[in-house]
This record gives sequence, C-alpha cells and structure tokens, in this order.
Amino acid sequence: MINEKSQKSIRRQKALSERLQKISKSKFYLIQDEVFKYFGLFCTILGIAVLIVFLFNLFVTAGSRIDWGFLTNLPSRRAAKAGIYTAWVGTLWILVLTTIIALPIGIAAGVYLEEYNKKNRFSSLLEVNIANLAGVPSIVYGLLGLELFARFIGTGESLLTGALTLALLILPVIIVSTREALKTVPYTIREASYALGATKWQTIWNQVLPASLSGIFTGMILALSRAVGETAPLIVIGALAFVPFVPTSVFDSFTVLPIQIFNWVSRPQKEFSVNAAAAIIVLLSITFMMNGIAVYLRHRWQKKIKW
Amino acid sequence: MKIEAKNVKFFYGQDQVLKDISMSIKKNTVTALIGPSGCGKSTFLRLFNRMNDLIEGARLEGEILIDGVDIYNKNINVNELRKTIGMVFQKPNPFPKTIYENVAYGLKVNGVSDKNIIEESVEQSLKQAALWEEVKDKLKKSAFALSGGQQQRLCIARALAVKPSILLMDEPASALDPISSIKIEELIYQLKSSYTILIVTHNMQQASRTSDKTAFFYMGELVEFDDTRTLFTNPKKERTQNYITGRFG
Repeated sequence: MINEKSQKSIRRQKALSERLQKISKSKFYLIQDEVFKYFGLFCTILGIAVLIVFLFNLFVTAGSRIDWGFLTNLPSRRAAKAGIYTAWVGTLWILVLTTIIALPIGIAAGVYLEEYNKKNRFSSLLEVNIANLAGVPSIVYGLLGLELFARFIGTGESLLTGALTLALLILPVIIVSTREALKTVPYTIREASYALGATKWQTIWNQVLPASLSGIFTGMILALSRAVGETAPLIVIGALAFVPFVPTSVFDSFTVLPIQIFNWVSRPQKEFSVNAAAAIIVLLSITFMMNGIAVYLRHRWQKKIKW
Repeated sequence: MKIEAKNVKFFYGQDQVLKDISMSIKKNTVTALIGPSGCGKSTFLRLFNRMNDLIEGARLEGEILIDGVDIYNKNINVNELRKTIGMVFQKPNPFPKTIYENVAYGLKVNGVSDKNIIEESVEQSLKQAALWEEVKDKLKKSAFALSGGQQQRLCIARALAVKPSILLMDEPASALDPISSIKIEELIYQLKSSYTILIVTHNMQQASRTSDKTAFFYMGELVEFDDTRTLFTNPKKERTQNYITGRFG
C-alpha cells in the first residue's frame, strides 16, 4: 500500500518535471513579456502624444497672436485690441498671496502631525480627514470662501478672498507633502541631535526642517501650480472676467488667466477663441515653469543629501 | 561610583526587556556590554541618557544614579542631562552640514554663541577625536565627504564638544573597516583618562582590548559582570563561557 503510494508520487513528480521543461522551452512567457512591454510603452506615450498634439494645435492657432501688446493691453470689447495684462497680473498677485498664507500654515500643520502628534484615535481621525480634504471638489471650496471670507468676514470680491480660498484649497496638499518630506529625514539624525541636549523644537528647526526644505518647497510649488489653474472657486467668489484696471491692493477686485480664458472661449466670435488659445499658451508656460523649478529642486536635493 | 543602576527593570509595553539589573561603574573606566542580539544591552545603554524616553510605551522601574543623583527624578531636565552624557551611535550619523557645524551644533543648541569659544572648542574636540590633522583644511566641507571611519570620529568629536563626563558608545565600530575600527579603539583608550565610557559591542576582541570591566547580558539579565580579564579567561558562569568561546550567540 505504502509502496504503491510512493510509486504514484514518483510518477507524478516525473510528469511534473517534464511539464516544467516544456514550459521553460515554450515561447508563451517570452511573448507575454514582450507584449506587455510594448503595451506599457504605448500607454506611456499616449498621454504625452495627446499633449503634444494639443500644444501643436495651440501654437498653430495662436502662436502669432502672442506679442508684447497682448501681454500689456487691458481687456477690450474688440478682440484684436484685447490683452491679458490684468489677468496675468491678477494671477501673479494670487500666487504670491496664496503662498504667503498657505506656506506657514501648511508647514506648521505638517510638522505638528509628523513630529508632535501622538498616535491615538483622534490623530488618525485627523489624518484621514486631511487626506479627504485633498479630494473635496474645488467648487465646494469656492462656496466656502464666498460664505466665510467674502460675506461673513467681509473681504468681499477681492484678491484677499481669492487667495484665502485657494490657500484653503491647497493646504491639504501642502500638509501631506510636508509630512512626506519630513519622513525622509532619518530617525538617526533626530537621535544625534537629542543626544547633544537639543530640545524637540531645536531639533526640528536646526536639523529636520533644513534637511527636508527642498521636499517641502517641491510640494508647495506643485500645489501652487494647481492653484494657478483653478477657475471654479474664483468664479464663485466673484472674480470678474472684465477688470479694466490692474489691482494695486489686496482689497481690489481682480481677474486671473483661467477666468479670462473661460470668458473668451464662451464668446461666439472666432477672434476671441484665438485670444483664448494665446492666453492658454501663457498659462501653460507659467505652470510648466513652476513644475520645472519643482523638478530642479528635487533633483538638486537628491544629489546633495545621501543618507 | 560614577554610575549606579539599582534593580533596573525596563518594559516596552508588556514586554520586559531588562530583568532586575544592578551594576556599579567607576569613574574613568571603560565598561563593555556584550551579549547576543536582543539581549537588552543597547536598551540598557540608552537608559543613561534617557534616549528610551523617546519610545512610546516604554517604562522603567528601579533607579539609575549618576554622581549620586537619580536621573529619572522629576526635577531632572532631560536636555541638561543629555548634555553631560555624550552618545555615539552604531552607524555614523553626521548632520548634513559642514564638518565645523557638526561639532559646533551641540554648543549652539546649548546657548553658546561666542564665536571664539566655539572655534576653540571645535578644534579641541577634533583633536581629541584624532581627526583634526585630517580635516583642519576642510572644515567648511560637508561632513558627508568624509569616509565612514572619519565620520564616526567626527561624531565622537561632536559628542565631546559639549564637555560630557560620560560617553555612551553603541557598537561604534561595527559599521567600519578593520583599520578605522582600530583607530576608534585607540581613541577609546586615550579618552579613558577624562571620560567614563560604556561601550556596547559584538566584537569579543574589541571588548577585551578596550575595556576594564565587561558585563555579559543574556535575555534581559545581567549574567556576569567582572574585570574584563577575569571574565574572558576565567568566567564564573557556564553561559558566559559558552558565549565568549563562540558556542552560541
């Protein structure tokens, strides 16, 4: 009985080794490998190809429309005379103000969550909700800004309201990326600092923050380049499409590039859609430039610090 | 006695990692802590500068006295305490700053701002750590440009700069090549005249070469604590005998 069983087992093992040999000779797995390689390549190129076609189309339509006048002219009812001066100055204002508001708050919150917060139920609830906030649609932030800042606090349809609203919008992203940057600083560095008698704050301020600064700034710039493109929340808080002057204080009403683009696109005349395309080129240049700075910072940072 | 541990028990949550350990250490001696991985020797070492405080759920019973003062007393300022007890870690962990700033850091966080004093201390500490000749022309260079052995001596200089009286070393040479390792050992021998040194090591030869006394830990217990020569040539416990001859661990 036992003999029979073991003989059966031997036969089975023999059959298995024959089968394994056949498989290793078969081309199926090799082909599978190749197929996936090219499929992956196709998927990668797809996104870039669409963007290239889009950019090419933009330049063909509006490349000649961009000149000094387009950048320095005030908006106008006549397409040929209209410029984006107020729009890009507004965008610049919004960028600077949003940075000033969101950066310190976001970094402080990130440092608190990563370095000070003890692990308990309340803290995990806090963390999950911050991650959730990053997914809230931007129009909801617009409505919040309208009610809280424009009406309740009374900042009206001003640059300040817009910047505060966008700051809220990008805060979760900054908090999360700050935490990620702090996490890359090894624990041994903190230990070394504590062992010399440094307090927690001294350790964070002198060692942890400087070592993670480029990571934090990278996250900040990526968050801002998202804010630059936001339209919906600013429309909700009352940014105007037609602002015949350049804002000179944070309480002035304003427009930004995406709103200007939206406004021109919704007009029936073809000349205005050419204007819109030209403005898109300017807007894209700004975001590409910001992403470029982020990539540069990350690259330099990786080269400088090897833990 | 410089350092005294009295009936020390230590817990990580529910796990007891140190079981009723008592030990006295004289001033200006080198004490080696040996034992297999996970025996609690590093945990024991980290009790003296309260580094274990940073771990959530850690708990200590018993007393640890330094110069007769219970360092776990409520009135003790942990940062002040750590200033008087230098620590060197297993892997060299210089700050991502210049060589100069690495050594000066301890002084700066302790409120020293006089540039002349800092400069003087940096030079002195680097000399004490036998690194000065190698780095005196590149103090403004990044500490990461140094070799592993140099980095570890930099970490020793950094610890010495705040003028501690005790030096804790957690396997300071285990990540280094043999030659750098010997340099660290020579350094320990020189530093003995001014510091009380505790060193955790897995290297039996290193323990016998550098230390005056050796403590053998096993499973959270202090099995044997004696003069290094006695412990290595004539251990009283069989477990110690087995460990130092390499029959287990």
